[in-house]
Amino acid sequence: MAKELKLMKGNEAIAEAAIRSGCDGYFGYPITPQSEVMEYLMLEKPWEKTGMVVLQAESETSSINMVYGGAGAGKKVMTSSSSPGISLMQEGLTYLAGAELPCLVVNVVRGGPGLGTIQPSQADYFQATKGGGHGDYQLYVLAPASVQEMYDFVFDAWDIAFKYRNPVMILSDGAIGQVMEKLYVGDYVPRWTNEQIHKNAPWATFGKLVSRDHNIITSLELDSAKQELHNQKLQAKYREMEKNEVRFEEINCEDAEYIFVAYGSSARIAQKAIQLGREKGLKVGLLRPITLFPFPTVRLAELSKKVKGMLSVEMSAGQMVMDIRLAAGNNCRVEHYGRFGGMIPTPHEVLEAMESKIINA
Amino acid sequence: MTEEIIIAGFGGQGVLSMGKILAYSGAMQDKEVSWMPSYGPEMRGGTANVSVIISDERISSPIISQFDTAIILNQQSLDKFEHSVKPGGVLLYDPNGITKPPTRKDINIYKVAATEKSAELGMAKVFNMIVLGAFLKVKPVVTEEFIEKGLFKSLPERHHKLIPENLKAVQTGKELVETVHTI
Amino acid sequence: MVFNQDIIKPENLVYKKTNVLTDAVMHYCPGCGHGRIHRIIAEVIEEMGIQDRAICIAPVGCSVLAYNYFDVDSQGAAHGRAPAIATAIQRLYPEHHVFTYQGDGDLAAIGTAETIHACNRGENIVIFFVNNGIYGMTGGQMAPTTLVGMKTATSPYGRDIHLHGYPLQITELLAELPGTYYVTRQSVHTPAAVRKAKKAVQMAFENQKNKKGTSFVEFVSNCNSGWKMSAPAANKWMEENMFAKYPIGDMKVNGEKVSK
Repeated sequence: MAKELKLMKGNEAIAEAAIRSGCDGYFGYPITPQSEVMEYLMLEKPWEKTGMVVLQAESETSSINMVYGGAGAGKKVMTSSSSPGISLMQEGLTYLAGAELPCLVVNVVRGGPGLGTIQPSQADYFQATKGGGHGDYQLYVLAPASVQEMYDFVFDAWDIAFKYRNPVMILSDGAIGQVMEKLYVGDYVPRWTNEQIHKNAPWATFGKLVSRDHNIITSLELDSAKQELHNQKLQAKYREMEKNEVRFEEINCEDAEYIFVAYGSSARIAQKAIQLGREKGLKVGLLRPITLFPFPTVRLAELSKKVKGMLSVEMSAGQMVMDIRLAAGNNCRVEHYGRFGGMIPTPHEVLEAMESKIINA
Repeated sequence: MTEEIIIAGFGGQGVLSMGKILAYSGAMQDKEVSWMPSYGPEMRGGTANVSVIISDERISSPIISQFDTAIILNQQSLDKFEHSVKPGGVLLYDPNGITKPPTRKDINIYKVAATEKSAELGMAKVFNMIVLGAFLKVKPVVTEEFIEKGLFKSLPERHHKLIPENLKAVQTGKELVETVHTI
Repeated sequence: MVFNQDIIKPENLVYKKTNVLTDAVMHYCPGCGHGRIHRIIAEVIEEMGIQDRAICIAPVGCSVLAYNYFDVDSQGAAHGRAPAIATAIQRLYPEHHVFTYQGDGDLAAIGTAETIHACNRGENIVIFFVNNGIYGMTGGQMAPTTLVGMKTATSPYGRDIHLHGYPLQITELLAELPGTYYVTRQSVHTPAAVRKAKKAVQMAFENQKNKKGTSFVEFVSNCNSGWKMSAPAANKWMEENMFAKYPIGDMKVNGEKVSK
């Protein structure tokens, strides 16, 4: 594949990836710090290049329901927003999960609660990984730590979304959305033809074929026994994801006595902290979960038997640390270090926290 | 080589675009780069800043709190970032509007009267390129050839005719920079 | 003695259910207008030969299961969101006939924003709006279109404007928007009314075929269960009271407001 070098913001990379990955439709509503996604798309006019539809909706409530409509009709559709807007979308997300619709939702997280701040945060971890709306369901959650991953994960998202008929969330943050880095882009993947949609999404409402009954997309089932079966089917699907689709990266873990666990921006900061720590002779490493659901529980459990302690670094009051503790049990010490409200921890702070909360504790 | 830079000043001074041109130039010279802006309402006429990293290695954190170089274009930014320069690092500032000059003795301090010079030459639009020239004189992290390539890549095509003027401004900056204090 | 098989002969056929309605038994109350409205929509889809590209968006309300009755590909929407869903599908499949079927609570209360903005963008969709002035499915609560003084489960002493505000004439409001091409109000309580209403449905789908923008067809209908009346009494009450506030007729045709 021909690779072309660009310099782009994370938000712009999402938009560029949408166009190049054969996305059929983007529906969004402006909110800082992710507005560049739709701005870029409107400037690029992909409807002239690939036929991709781009529409500014009247609200996030509306844009997620546009995604529901498009996804239900077998198209590759997406939206993006930031925390308060994602909260508004929770209704749509639970309907999407209930109706088992493949789609992509990008959350460029900012600090909360409420209107909070527009600066980067990772405080939406629970919302993203534990359902978010009502009912038992899971999103597949990818956490990019670079502009390149913002781009690449859009492609990955379509594969997972259609393989499992499940909404995929890219959980990013204001820093990754706003930072500009080198990005290698590949060739354009053509949008699916109608024939491909009929084959790849035979369940979708693209118009009744003579050869089949009418397709119905709904999350409603008034018969409790049938609804329970549906719930069991959803749970079985999530277990399959846990078995097959966990992704993570390990840095300097081979000889590590202490490991940071961090995703997204925090993982980048932790990488710098590792450099600083290694210069001081500390055997520190990093496990970076790339998927937050499914979570690298098995690998963390293995590591917890080898290392002396783990520090979860998150821009939150400590959310992912709960999942790390579940994985580690009593095998090693697990602590949390975080800043919130849009404050970003420095590598020095992070290393100090490792020393005071784990190594010297 | 890793150079971690903060550029800070008023919104409208071309802080973000100077950072962008620097980042593009670094990328053209096959370096790893990152450009991390401050964003949001604070930029509406207030202060704007951007951290740029240029490195021969993969960049770990694009978010940094200590800098090899601070390029400072107003008093508020000087107050905010003077203490974030690593010992032995560089502080480059435009004296226009600076009432309390930097006082640190453990860093190298330079000044460039870019505001005054650009007004004098009627080159207000390329003020930020004069500053960039001054920086490159002090820290030649990218060569001039790649600055030109960076300009080509970062400016929209309709502005390409302005590239010679931009390069002239870089040259002006190189000649204009003055040493205030070295360690 | 006359047996069924003696009567069921092609030459005796006077009415045949359209094949765009499924054989599922409808759950609507006897006397309710939904059945007739479903039928005329389905008949027009059959007559226009668009069953293979008609997409129904069902609401939340009494017609939540409309997708079981229309034999076309269908989606069930979250409460009020049908116009947003229809917007996306129509834009992604511009040659299709996407229509929503919504009640007054769905369209004129919780979904007001989606309704107004879809109409204001002139989305090339058809919106069918069934207005019976009450929340039928949840047990007869006050709707945005409930008349002043009308008793419901949540306005047990009658709708009081100081407590509940005024009935919302959303159709009149939508007719003011430049994006709407056809806005009409119909009823289905007499054979003549059904025939006229079917013509309105036909015009709406024809406009859509010609990509004219939004067509909006309101049906003022009864809710004999919610109104606690017999079906004939409900129809009479509707004529005397509902039609006074929601007069039958075209409001906008071919993009032009109809002068009264």
